[in-house]
Amino acid sequence: MAVSVTAALAFGQNEQLTVASGGKVVAKRGETAVATVRITVKPGFHINSNTPNEEYLIPLRLTWEPKPLVMESIKFPTPKQDKFEFSEKPLSVYEGEFVIETKFKVPADAPTGMGLASGKLRYQACSNTACYPPKTVPVSIPLDIR
Amino acid sequence: MSRFLLCLGALLLVSTSCTTTTEARALKPEAGRKQAPGFDLKDSTGKAVKLSEYKGKVVLLNFWATWCGPCKVEIPWFIDFETRYKDQGFAVLGVAMDDEGWSIVKPYIDQKKINYRVLMGTDPVAQLYGGVESLPTTFVLDRDGKIAGVHIGLVSKSEYENDIKQLLGQKKANWFQPIRLGDLASMLLGR
Repeated sequence: MAVSVTAALAFGQNEQLTVASGGKVVAKRGETAVATVRITVKPGFHINSNTPNEEYLIPLRLTWEPKPLVMESIKFPTPKQDKFEFSEKPLSVYEGEFVIETKFKVPADAPTGMGLASGKLRYQACSNTACYPPKTVPVSIPLDIR
Repeated sequence: MSRFLLCLGALLLVSTSCTTTTEARALKPEAGRKQAPGFDLKDSTGKAVKLSEYKGKVVLLNFWATWCGPCKVEIPWFIDFETRYKDQGFAVLGVAMDDEGWSIVKPYIDQKKINYRVLMGTDPVAQLYGGVESLPTTFVLDRDGKIAGVHIGLVSKSEYENDIKQLLGQKKANWFQPIRLGDLASMLLGR
């Protein structure tokens, strides 16, 4: 329950998007905490959502290391349905800036003090006429476990 | 009236220039073409394929992947080109860049009924071709194995077809190329 976002920290950069943590998460043992990851897709590009509506498309994925926090659920924002030059029907995508929320369980025996929640974001970006190979970028969120 | 004719003339001149410029941009002049880097890649049957085997043919060397939407649009065009121009010394070579390899590419080939040869790409080969940062990236090779043109991203079917026809020597302009008297005599005598 105890969640505190105290600062924004940029920690990831790639060609088609940038990733930043929503800031340090203050979490209490035995409770839950919500961490946010802020993604900015560069103008002229889009990335597939976590639920692309074509089988061949690579979905957006956020995964976390099992320690020190245990991931309970991930909440992606509602994707856009956009049509592109190469698509017969609208595709489920993200453009511009959006936030992914992760709800963590803080184990009762989690080590107290400062730490990091580490994860990976896998995405695949396209422009209106070309696509870029899927990329995986590291994601980390500073933690203060009490 | 004379001013109108002058404007019309200028307009025609501009439009002619534009057409010429577009065509010139599509394919490099022969003198400026560089040899396409050689490679040795496996096809879907496991056979090793060298690019040098295609010397003498016009080749559309298409880097693609199953997850690439624009690539999916082009595949039926390439199937059509392979069917229509194969007998004139033309071939499409697909280079799949899927990390998962044949397990995902082979079913896709079957599903799309791809009639041209598909090879499994590697990063070193992509590097030889400038890194191939985005897909589709298609190199148009002339009969000497030289790079006559490059298309990055989705372009129109007619752009590809113009390149192919031009390189196969099907354009009217190429039908009136000077011919040596000796060649003409051989043709007439059937030798």
